[in-house]
Order: sequence, then C-alpha cells, then structure tokens
Amino acid sequence: MLAYTIRRLLMLIPVLIGMSIITFAVVHAIPGDPAKTIAGEKATPQQLEEIRHSLGLDQPFYIQYFRYVGDLLQGDLGTSLITKVPIAEEIGPFLAATAELALTSLVIAVFFGVNLGILSAWRQNSWLDYGSMVLALIGVSVPVFWLGLMEQWFFAQELGWLPSNGRVDPRLDMEGITHFYILDALIIGDMELLGDVLLHLILPAVALATIPMSIIARMTRSSMLEVMRSDYIRTARAKGLSEFWVIYKHAFKNAVIPVLTVAGLQLGMLLGGAVLTETIFSWPGVGRYIYDAINQRNYPVIQSGILVLATMFVIINLIVDLLYAWIDKRIQYGKE
Amino acid sequence: MKKRVWLLSLAMIFVFSSFLMACGKDAAEKPKEKTLIYGRGADSKLLDPIQVTDGESINVTDQIFDTLVEYDRDSTQVVPGLAESWETSPDGLEWTFKLRQDVKFHDGTPFNAEAVVYNFNRWMDKNHPEHKGGEFPYYGYMFGGYKGDPGHVIKNVTAVDEFTVKFELNSPQAPFLSNLAMSPFAIGSPTAIKKDPEGFARNPVGTGAFMFKEWKQNDSITLVKNPNYWKQGYPKLDKLIFKSIPDNSARFTALKSGDIDMMDGLNPNDVKLVESDSNLQLFKQSGMNVGYLAMNTEKKPFDNPKVRQAINHAVNKQAIVDTLFAGLAVPAVNPMPESIWGYNKNVKDYEFDLEKAKQLLAEAGYPNGFEVEFYAMTEPRPYMPDGKKVAEFIQADLAKIGIKAKIVTYDWQTYLDRTGKGEHAMALLGWSGDNGDPDNFLYVLLDKDNAKAPDAGNIAFYKSDAVHDLLIKAQQTSDVKERTQLYEKAQEIIKQDAPWVPLVHSVVPYAASKKVTGFKPHLINLNLDTVDLQ
Repeated sequence: MLAYTIRRLLMLIPVLIGMSIITFAVVHAIPGDPAKTIAGEKATPQQLEEIRHSLGLDQPFYIQYFRYVGDLLQGDLGTSLITKVPIAEEIGPFLAATAELALTSLVIAVFFGVNLGILSAWRQNSWLDYGSMVLALIGVSVPVFWLGLMEQWFFAQELGWLPSNGRVDPRLDMEGITHFYILDALIIGDMELLGDVLLHLILPAVALATIPMSIIARMTRSSMLEVMRSDYIRTARAKGLSEFWVIYKHAFKNAVIPVLTVAGLQLGMLLGGAVLTETIFSWPGVGRYIYDAINQRNYPVIQSGILVLATMFVIINLIVDLLYAWIDKRIQYGKE
Repeated sequence: MKKRVWLLSLAMIFVFSSFLMACGKDAAEKPKEKTLIYGRGADSKLLDPIQVTDGESINVTDQIFDTLVEYDRDSTQVVPGLAESWETSPDGLEWTFKLRQDVKFHDGTPFNAEAVVYNFNRWMDKNHPEHKGGEFPYYGYMFGGYKGDPGHVIKNVTAVDEFTVKFELNSPQAPFLSNLAMSPFAIGSPTAIKKDPEGFARNPVGTGAFMFKEWKQNDSITLVKNPNYWKQGYPKLDKLIFKSIPDNSARFTALKSGDIDMMDGLNPNDVKLVESDSNLQLFKQSGMNVGYLAMNTEKKPFDNPKVRQAINHAVNKQAIVDTLFAGLAVPAVNPMPESIWGYNKNVKDYEFDLEKAKQLLAEAGYPNGFEVEFYAMTEPRPYMPDGKKVAEFIQADLAKIGIKAKIVTYDWQTYLDRTGKGEHAMALLGWSGDNGDPDNFLYVLLDKDNAKAPDAGNIAFYKSDAVHDLLIKAQQTSDVKERTQLYEKAQEIIKQDAPWVPLVHSVVPYAASKKVTGFKPHLINLNLDTVDLQ
C-alpha cells in the first residue's frame, strides 16, 4: 500500500511535466498579445514593444519555457501580468471558492444520486424506477447554463427566496480567513453570516450537481441491481432483517465501490468544469480566474492555473484509489 | 421504521430551511447605512489610474481620485477640479494652475503643488524611483512619449508656491487641458505611492468622494464615503460596492431581484423590460463612440474608391439601428459623434441606394460583384453589442449587389492582432473617445501615421496626404476656431474617399432601481458622488 502510494505520487512528475509543456505550447500558439491587454487597445507600437521586452515575451519560446519551469521548481508559480501579484498568493481564494462550490455540489450529488439510485433499484420496473431514471436522463441532458438561468429566474426573481449571485451579500462584512466561507463564518461565530453563505451556495451548487447526480443515480441503480440479486441478500432477507437494513447496510456497502469511482471522477470534473456555473452565478472561482486569464492572454496565470487544477485532479484520483483499498480489503495494490 | 426515517429527514430539511430563511431575512433588514451596489460585467484590473486602460478599472478610480480639471457634468467642456483656476501664456507653452487649499488625501496627506509635481514626475520620468507598477500607457499616449523622447510635450512641472503649479511645454498642445481632465491623470497621495509604488494599485489613496476599503478579486470592490470630501454635501452614499456579474442576463436578474441597485451592460433587448417595470428606471447616454466598417484600402478591390463608395451606398444603417440596437444608437455619418466640437454637419451621408451601388461597382470593373472575407467581432463592445449580427445584416445587404461576404470571427485578442496587422479585407471595429477632442478620433483612426502594421489604429490603412497635413496642422494650433475649420475639411475628404462605412454612435443604457436618485450619465466619466438612495 505504501509502495503503491509512493509510486503513484512519483507518477505525478511526468504527468505534470507533460501538462506544463502542453499548456505552454497551446497558450503561446494562440494569437493575441498580453502587451495589448496591459497597454490597452490604444497603445503605440513602441509601447507594446517595450512591454513585450520587459515581460521577456520577445525571447524564443524554449527559453521562456525553461525560465518558467525553472521558476516552478523553486515553487514560484509566476506572477500575474495584469495584477503583478504572485499567482501562488493570488490563487488561494479562487481555489477555495471553487472547492467550496464543488464539494457542496458533490455532497448534494452523492446524497440525492445514491438515494435516487437505491430507490430505483429497490422498486425496479415500477413507476418510481421509471420516474427517477427519466429524471436522471433529463438531468444529464439539461445544459447547466440554462438550468442556472432558470433557477435564478424562478427562485431569485419570481419567488425572491434565494440570492442569485455571488458567495455572500456584499453588504455584510465577510473577512476571508481560510476563504472557505462556511468555515470562515463558523470561525468568526457569526450565524447570520453562515446563513447568508449557505443561501448563496444553494442555487449554484444545485445547478452544478445536476449532471453528476444523474450519473451517480444511474451508476448506483445498476450496481445495486447486481448486488441485490446475490445470495447473501436473499439470506439477509430470510433472516427477517428489515428492508431498510438490507438495503443500506448489506447491499449498499458492496454496491458503493463503483459509485465511489464515479463520484471521485465527478469531483475532478466539478473542479474544472465550473466555468459556466461560476460565470452565471458570478462565483469568483478558479474556473473564471483562468477563463479571464485566457481572454487577457495572461500566460503565467493560464499555465499555472491549469497546472494547479491538474495536480488536484491527479491527487483526487489517488485518494479515490486509496479509499477503494480501504473499503474493500480484497483489493490489493502493488502485487501485480 | 422506514416511514420514520423519511419523516425525520423531511422534518430536518424543513427545520434547516426555515433556519436559513430566517437568517436571510435578518441579513436583508440589517443595513441602516446607504449602500449602493453597482453591477457590472467584469472586475477592475488595477486601481492606480495611470496604469489602466480599461473602463471597469477607470469607473472605480473615478470615485476614488480627482483630476486637476474636470469635465462638466453635462458635456466635455473643461471646468475646475483640484485646480480652481488656470492661465496660459500667449504662445501656449506655459500653463499655471491655482490649486484648492482645503483638500486632503484619504490618508491625511495634504494636497498641494508638491503632490502634483510628484505625480507628474513619477509618470513622465522612466528613471523616477516610483515609476513602477505598470507601463503608464496613457501618459505616453496623450503627451507624446516620456521624458527624453523626441515628441514629449511636457518639459517641466514645478511648484511656484504651495498652491500654484506651473507646466512648461516643449511645444504647444491643442488638447492639453482636455487631456489633463482625463481619468488616468488623477492625483494620488505621494505618501501612499512612496510607501509601496506597486501595491498602490491595489490600495489606492486619492482625494475623491469615496475611499477604498476592500477588494475581493473577481467579485466585489467596496468603497466608503470620504467624510472630508471637498465638494460640500457630497457624496450622498455611505458605501459604494462594485460587483462583477459577468453574464448580462444574470446581472439583469440580480437587479430585478434587488441583489444590486444599478447596472450597466444592459442587453438591448432588455431595455423594453426595464421601461415596463414599475420598480426600475432607465438612463440613456449617447456615447462618445463610433462603430464602423473598415475596408482595407491596401487590398483589392478596396484600393478602388468606387468600390468603397458602392459599399457605403449598400448598407442600410437605419435598419441596423432599429433592429439590432433596439433604437439605442444613431446612424453615423462622420468618423466621430456630433457631440464633439469640430463635427462637420454639412457632410452628407451616402444614401441607401442599391442601384447606385451596383452602378458604381460596374464602373469600378466589378459588374458581377466579388467574394470577400468579412471580419466580425464576437465580444460585445459598447459601440457594438453584437458584432456578428451586424455583420450578418450587412452581409445580406451586400448580397443584393452581388458581393459575397464570408463572415469570419476570432476571439477579441486575436481579432485585434489580425486587424492590427491588416490581414482583413473588411472588418468591423469601433472606438470610444478618451477626452472629447476631434484629434482623438480623426488622427488616431484615420491618419497615415497610424496605418502601420502590426499595431495599426487605422485599420483601413487609409493614407491620404491631404488629410494628414490638415490633422497635423490642427494638432499644432491652439485656436479652436482654426482647428474646427481644419477638422471640418478633413471630414469632407474622408467622406469622399470612403475608407469606412461609419455605422453607428451607440447609446449607452444604465438600468437602476427606482430607489436610486441623482444619477446623471456622462459622456466620459461615471459620476456617482451625486447619487442617493431613497
């Protein structure tokens, strides 16, 4: 297990080198020029030339790349061309915002997805089953931005129940400590703030959760169906256990492994794929941070932002794999 | 058992949500101070006015900083600001400003002549210890470069006494005073800049109506009232929050649901919804801008003026304004809007006449038309909310005279890159004015000096010596009457040569809750110090 963990961690290195080369090449291949973003559309050619020179953009690509990697090895993610702040310093709040949204979505997706799936499997071929699966099918097919706009229209504008944008009411003084606002509100001990933060989370988290929820529901259903047919379930029922215990304790424990994989993968997707949700709900997360950087040709931010996301993705995968082994002792690593 | 679990979870959800609702209500009732939330499409980049070029940054620095002279609330005429009065020598080489004596920066530093000298030296001198943090692009752009450059306009800025400051110029500059009124040349606190010249852009200190409090990047910027503001009785608000909501529809929803109080970047289609909503109000400001169709005069067939004139006859501007701008624009005749002095009212537009267009094409040797690539931007711009639709509209018009235009789009950065290099044959583009001076439109956009790849401002690559002579002469004259005549003449020649189809001068809409009072949109600046909440 330890050897496996170490090997997986070492595998990170080629993955990250590959990532850095690809992003670097792609980013520099797009036409457009950060100098123009900095100096504005009205800059003179001479001004643009000077900016390119001061940023080292007039150097050949390979020199720029090696300089970038050299900085990375010293733990320097580079400096944003626009704000002139080191990215390592700047990216924290964005990552926290995205992580908070993604984790909330994951909780929603897993909770509702798993229960919907179990419900379907338990009453296979009933209207309940068909109903949940149609719901799940709609869930995967609905475009997130459309769902988001509909949510805003209905719950924010028409009913006025929930706020339509942002992480917290800007009128309230929210001090970023960890930048996980739920945690921050708890640390400060301000329940009013906590309520406001949770309210702000609901609409974007639900929009973002819809697709993974539907996928998890379908996964749980098929996995449960398989398990429910096995002998030990029949035995459990024969022993006279209540249906609730049979399903949640005996069957689900064995059905959960593929669900776990899917959930882990979905978390990765949620981290990277939140751009649309973040745009519609003006959520100041890392998706939009990178998206803005792309529009501004803010090369260091694009490169390092993607690299940070990729690293998180790989680490989540690793954690999922390790969880596997922990839940099911039959799975043994490092013994191929 | 099963039933109980279900009931229990239902009950928990109910309790939890009512707890949330209760919290939400409290949050809404709490604020007693007057806080205005202004919704916009993007975050600011930096808040040091000299370092930025984008409107989202300047809209915020306008609230924090003041300039020596200002634009009048209703026009682009220059009125006193931090300087109470000024005089100029007959040759236009010396400008002396008398400063206000009752002004302090937000950090307590007194505002005086030294502060003005310090700011200008920081901007103009690349060897100045605090010439840091950015490229100061607008300084070089408006004043002909930096200290030591051949075209640099300002020779020297000196403090005559504590509240008198003198500018000596190398050569007279006609729009000098208008330039000084521009947002980038707002005066910052020398104490704060010296302490951290680069950090100043994230911790700005000025003399303006509002003081900087907090910046949550990509989210919101919070400003609070400056209790010692030198304009008596202003500002009216206690707190001003700029909130970025990138999606236009989502921003409009936030306005309707009361999450924000005011917004810009309204979709033209939503204008009617604002007008019919009894809780909302609409503000319109005819923008100091132009949206145009440039024809690359260096490429065939646009090297032939007859072809360019034919296209001018073939575009139905009024229809574009009515259908695509929802009426929020006026058809353009000249390269600059009528609100700018020097505008030539006698220039007649090419009337929409397809027969005439066909005839001109035939005369030019293209009786059956031709095929051409037509560049259109996809990013909404103030002068063109939907470039692609405008292009499709024009494409349909051109098809009627046999010209097959193929629309090509790129993202905004690529678009500027390619058009700046002159890769296009036809392209849509536009311009928002900086200082209300004709030079800022005509010279920048249509002089041969600016028709140079890779960063051409004149993307028609229109090179007329006659126009060039007029524009240069106008730059060196300070007599407004004479300049007016020169610009009027230039507009006539440009119309005749037709390097562009000037399309529209757009109207900029703002929507606000009915509670907002005292707002008056301006051609250049965003003025929020007079705004109040009922």
